[in-house]
Amino acid sequence: MKRTRLILAAVIVAGALVYLILGGLRGAIVYYATPSEVLAQGQSAVGRATRLGGQVVPGSRRRDPITLELRFVLTDGKATVPVVYRGAPPELFTEGQGAIVEGTLRADGVFAARSIIVKHSEEYAPPKTP
Amino acid sequence: MIATLGSIFLTLALVCAVGGLVVLLAGRRSRHDPVRAARGRLAAAGVFGCVTLAVVMMEAALIGFDFSIRYVALNVNRATPLVFRVAGLWGALEGSILLWAWVLTGLTLLVAVEYRGKHSELIPHVLTVLLGIAVFFVGVMVGPANPFARLPVPAVDGRGLNPLLQNHLLMAIHPPFLYLGYVGFSIPYAFAMGTLLSGRHRDEWMTITRRWTLVAWTSLTAGLLLGARWSYDVLGWGGYWAWDPVENAALMPWLVATAFIHSSMVQERRRLLRIWNLSLVIVAFLLTIFGTFLTRSGILASVHSFTQSWIGPLFVTFLGLATAASLLALLARLPQIRDEGTFDSPFSREAMMLLNNAVLLTMAFTVFFGTIFPLIVEAVTGAKVTVGPPFFNRVLVPLGVVLLIVMGTGTALRWGRSGAEEIRKLGWLGGMTLLMMAALGFAGVRGAGLVALGAVLFMALAQLGEYVRGAGARRIATGEPWPTAVRMLFALNRQRYYGYLIHLGLAIVITGIVGSQSGRIEVQRQLSVGRTMQVGGYTLRLEGLEALPGPDKMVVAAPVAVFAGDGTASAGSPDSTGAIELLRPSENFYRQARAPVATPAVRSTWREDLYVVLMAFDPGAQSAVLRAVITPLVSWIWVGGTVMVIAGVLAAWPSRPR
Repeated sequence: MKRTRLILAAVIVAGALVYLILGGLRGAIVYYATPSEVLAQGQSAVGRATRLGGQVVPGSRRRDPITLELRFVLTDGKATVPVVYRGAPPELFTEGQGAIVEGTLRADGVFAARSIIVKHSEEYAPPKTP
Repeated sequence: MIATLGSIFLTLALVCAVGGLVVLLAGRRSRHDPVRAARGRLAAAGVFGCVTLAVVMMEAALIGFDFSIRYVALNVNRATPLVFRVAGLWGALEGSILLWAWVLTGLTLLVAVEYRGKHSELIPHVLTVLLGIAVFFVGVMVGPANPFARLPVPAVDGRGLNPLLQNHLLMAIHPPFLYLGYVGFSIPYAFAMGTLLSGRHRDEWMTITRRWTLVAWTSLTAGLLLGARWSYDVLGWGGYWAWDPVENAALMPWLVATAFIHSSMVQERRRLLRIWNLSLVIVAFLLTIFGTFLTRSGILASVHSFTQSWIGPLFVTFLGLATAASLLALLARLPQIRDEGTFDSPFSREAMMLLNNAVLLTMAFTVFFGTIFPLIVEAVTGAKVTVGPPFFNRVLVPLGVVLLIVMGTGTALRWGRSGAEEIRKLGWLGGMTLLMMAALGFAGVRGAGLVALGAVLFMALAQLGEYVRGAGARRIATGEPWPTAVRMLFALNRQRYYGYLIHLGLAIVITGIVGSQSGRIEVQRQLSVGRTMQVGGYTLRLEGLEALPGPDKMVVAAPVAVFAGDGTASAGSPDSTGAIELLRPSENFYRQARAPVATPAVRSTWREDLYVVLMAFDPGAQSAVLRAVITPLVSWIWVGGTVMVIAGVLAAWPSRPR
């Protein structure tokens, strides 16, 4: 009797924890994608938290001095996605270079970036042979 | 020359370690064999001596710019200052394994010497386990991760340390603390395994390793704190914790070790939880290996990049072997391990400690799950995903609130079975907490922040209550004045009362975390020299742009005058009179890096931090892009963390013999 109650309590607690962990995952997963992958996913990519990585197309960078909106195009060589970002870009953000932006794809096909990610994971990777 | 000597010393260390293992394993299992113990001790000394010489060789190569060694060429260049040449030892994979091995073999020798002639049945087994771990780490270096590997042609100059590491002095001391913490858990693990191997299940392993565990825990706490501070001071996003796998790798063993420290008290006081404690110490140790593996194998970048190096699979094999060996030893002895005590009441301190263990382990599991989830997804579906901070916050914040309430309740209850006095105490604590929460609510604190601060208050009041109660009892018994009574509490029961102080430090840290998560203001603006921007209660004015060439880097600074309020009264003045502070955020251009590294400037007060980062600048247009972040209560994290570390050191400090 006492044992059954104990097991029941354990099951309830474990269930609550599984719910908490799985529920916590919802909306917290960010997908990495390239421009061609985003385009291939079509409508299902719209509104999903995504980290989009690619090269900044030379000559695509436009900046609105009033609204501080920055527009540029990211490419992986096969497909291109226009990106809009509000704010000043980090120093290492230059045309022709690689960049990762985090945000969501809008229904109009423009990627609204919340942040331009400065890659700083270099120190964790083992050094490559020169 | 240095490279050859270094490789020879490492090989000798491996020979010593394997030789020691053979001697220890082959000796007769007699109850007392002084010869075997002496040989084990000799092997421990030999391994430590050889690894020390290898470390000396590596440091000589780093300090003396020996660019014929690949590791040196990758992590140092001619402009690297001395302190970062020394710290280059733990700047990358091979060097950090060398440091790991050095700390481990040092602790092994310390154990061998310290317990010479004592616990004669246990120590040979303990040394066996420690030497076994050393064989792996030294073996990795003799094999695929040789720090002394040479370049085919010596380089003229090196690449230099990662500028993010070279940009802050904390990076020179953060890894050693972390590694001392990681490696320190090998000691309680080895004693636990030694107990299982020797087949004599007394609780002595726990009493012996108590102080080791505290030292390891304190080092890990210091390592985590320094890492958070480094992140805040260098990465320039105004935060201190990003749920990055590298951070998680250090947090997981910390959580499990914290659980172990508490449940080991239950075993000592109530003769309960023996199997549980053995399991916890094994898990804590495995997590330290897993953490080293996670941060150093390249698996974080991708499952695919990981298979390209030999080190990852080797670590996985070692992790698998250690897990299997620990489980086998535990299972083989399971029928013989019995709890002598009985569990009397759920309304007791031990029940709360059990609950605290459940919560801490769930937290550790959550962090583990969030860390490896992307690897599972990539392995199964091929999609690259990352689990963001919202996951960790959503799961860990409610668990943290429960933990704080359990901490407060557990401190107020007594061992065995609590009675009417404890109910009264809890009533007091609850009442005072509700009153203070009402005051906070009146002051404008709302929602989750109010709940979290309430839990913090409840926990902190319970700790303070113990000091008042303990000192009060002494006053009645001895007539001492309050300060003497409190001092005597600390002197006579160090671990208990410094333990409460660690809890209070944690309360301060969590207050800082709650504050910094709730009222963050961030503004980013392009400014010409002389123009101002508003952020929160401050006005910032860009005063100019300065270039300062240095030996190892070129620094571009943007002096920013900070005015209180909207600053209209004083910001109009041409000079910076009336400014409450002149901040100098800068960007550092290192030779070895294409992209600059920012050094944020911070005005820190107990209420809030004003954090200014130079994001970009244009010398032609005399303009700069500044990011200003106001974060409430951040400094509480550093203060509380320091309290935890100091209290941890004092709790572990040997008591004066009485």
